[in-house]
Amino acid sequence: MSTKLLLDKANIEGIRFYKAYRENGGYAAVEKAFKMTPTEIVEEVKKSGLRGRGGAGFPTGMKWSFLAKPEGVPRYLVCNADESEPGTFKDRYLMEFLPHLLIEGLIISSFALGSNRTYIYIRGEYAWIPDILEHAIEEAKQNGWLGKNILGTGFDCEIYVQRGAGAYICGEETALIESLEGKRGNPRIKPPFPAIKGLWESPTVVNNVETLAAIVPIFNIGGEEYAKIGVGKSTGTKLISACGNINKPGVYEIDMTISVEEFVYSDEYCGGIPNGKRLKACIPGGSSVPILPANLLFKTAKGETRLMNYESLSDGGFATGSMMGSGGFIVLDEDQCIVRHTLTLARFYHHESCGQCSPCREGTGWMKRVLYNLEYGKGKLSDIDLLWDIQRRIEGNTICPLGDAAAWPVAAAIRHFRDEFEWHVLNPEESQVRNFGLAHYADAREVMV
Amino acid sequence: MIQFSEKSLNEVQKIFARYPEGKQKSALLPVLHLAQEEFGGWLDVPVMDYVAELLGITPIEVYEVATFYSMYNMKPVGKFVFEVCQTGPCMLRGSDDIINYIKSKLGISVGETTPDGLFTLKVVECLGACGYAPMMQLGKHFREHLTPEKVDSIIEECRSFSAINN
Ligand code: FES
Repeated sequence: MSTKLLLDKANIEGIRFYKAYRENGGYAAVEKAFKMTPTEIVEEVKKSGLRGRGGAGFPTGMKWSFLAKPEGVPRYLVCNADESEPGTFKDRYLMEFLPHLLIEGLIISSFALGSNRTYIYIRGEYAWIPDILEHAIEEAKQNGWLGKNILGTGFDCEIYVQRGAGAYICGEETALIESLEGKRGNPRIKPPFPAIKGLWESPTVVNNVETLAAIVPIFNIGGEEYAKIGVGKSTGTKLISACGNINKPGVYEIDMTISVEEFVYSDEYCGGIPNGKRLKACIPGGSSVPILPANLLFKTAKGETRLMNYESLSDGGFATGSMMGSGGFIVLDEDQCIVRHTLTLARFYHHESCGQCSPCREGTGWMKRVLYNLEYGKGKLSDIDLLWDIQRRIEGNTICPLGDAAAWPVAAAIRHFRDEFEWHVLNPEESQVRNFGLAHYADAREVMV
Repeated sequence: MIQFSEKSLNEVQKIFARYPEGKQKSALLPVLHLAQEEFGGWLDVPVMDYVAELLGITPIEVYEVATFYSMYNMKPVGKFVFEVCQTGPCMLRGSDDIINYIKSKLGISVGETTPDGLFTLKVVECLGACGYAPMMQLGKHFREHLTPEKVDSIIEECRSFSAINN
């Protein structure tokens, strides 16, 4: 019923290795793409409607067409495998179990962009994965898919794996480039954009792992066919990493027509909430995107069924909607405390702020301390307004999006769960021994709003 | 005298070869990983100075990078470092209980090392294993779906590994 383009072969024995991958149709997309010109490849990707799968959702073909091509200057493709957004673990799955899918996508993309040295920048904590990737690269090379004069086209390409060393900020593309140059991961001021001046001052494209893997099915079935899957501007399939209070945490591939409700309750996906508990809230797209109470999760404010795609998840803006983000789907059941959960996220962003911009460096620390007081029964009612005020002053006032990413979860928690924050202040002792519970944020399946 | 083994020096040359001429500074992060592994699990100042010399960059360029990234240890650690994730998704699945269990089992607080120098407990932020929570990193690998029993057996495993390799 559901279309699978990325994980369709994930269960084939030995698919991690070249032999099984090739026997099951692997590298056919390279053969097809290398008969086209680089410009035709970019056009094909544009036709597919593929949008960046790292979180921003920017059209990939368009990003590629921005790449500057000055004479005599090398160009680079960098694969962003720094997956660090809490709730997100899909790229890890792809690299661990389907390394050749990524390598195949990288070869086509490198050819399209004219990158002779392509880098995979992987988060340092995924310490066992570089070996898997390097093995796949070696196999591809031995079979003539990498190295000099690939398939007689005259195109040379090498792929290298670079490990980071623990910094969420390196998922931001200019911070990633700095890190790849052997520096601290401080985001750069844009413009110039990496497409003009990126790695070692050369034109550079940075794409997420899943985006680059999706290039393969686009050439296998054709851009137009790819665009027919899904709805509207949410074309193709998306990987969702589901976690939190669900029966079946894991990585799922969805076509973007299914409803959020089906995703949560169907046995094909999350399989519902354990122990007969009810759903309280959900962060549908990684920790940075707004949290939604159950009554806004399955239906939009207009009463329409909410679907798992870019447009539907953000329906209602931040007032009543959220975002697709990275596809990190975090579910909270009725026993969970919103204040505590928000505190862990605020602590995360404070820990990960690079420290360049004062609003983010100082603001994330303040939010963490104020939330700490609220959580531990030492807060005042005015602290809730103070929190709101701090997040408002971070958002939009920093070089990179980490500031926004830190502000949004706090803003959304207060917007939808203000009474829970107030209850913490007014019941300092009780809040240390029990949680606020469901209150009116009932599971929309049981209480229609 | 601080000096990489022959094997690591070869590894460094391989890392250099990944970058275009003159861009060897890019090797800094991978070489620091190597150095930490080889020189006792942390980066002492003389080690960082050695890395600077090897890469032909100034020591300050190494210090500022080493202190920025959370995987580099700036002080000595135990032989086995338990890095337990405490971010939202892990918290929802009971990471707080696991951290408390490890604390009481090893008799140390977060950031401390057991007197025998075997174990260090660190708390870390999301490691990309949220669906398999609670979890920790131990060396190169993740230990997932942690329970008190699993923690016990990991501790046992470390103890016997250390006994054999001493
Ligand atoms: S929150 Fe612990 S691994 Fe992601």
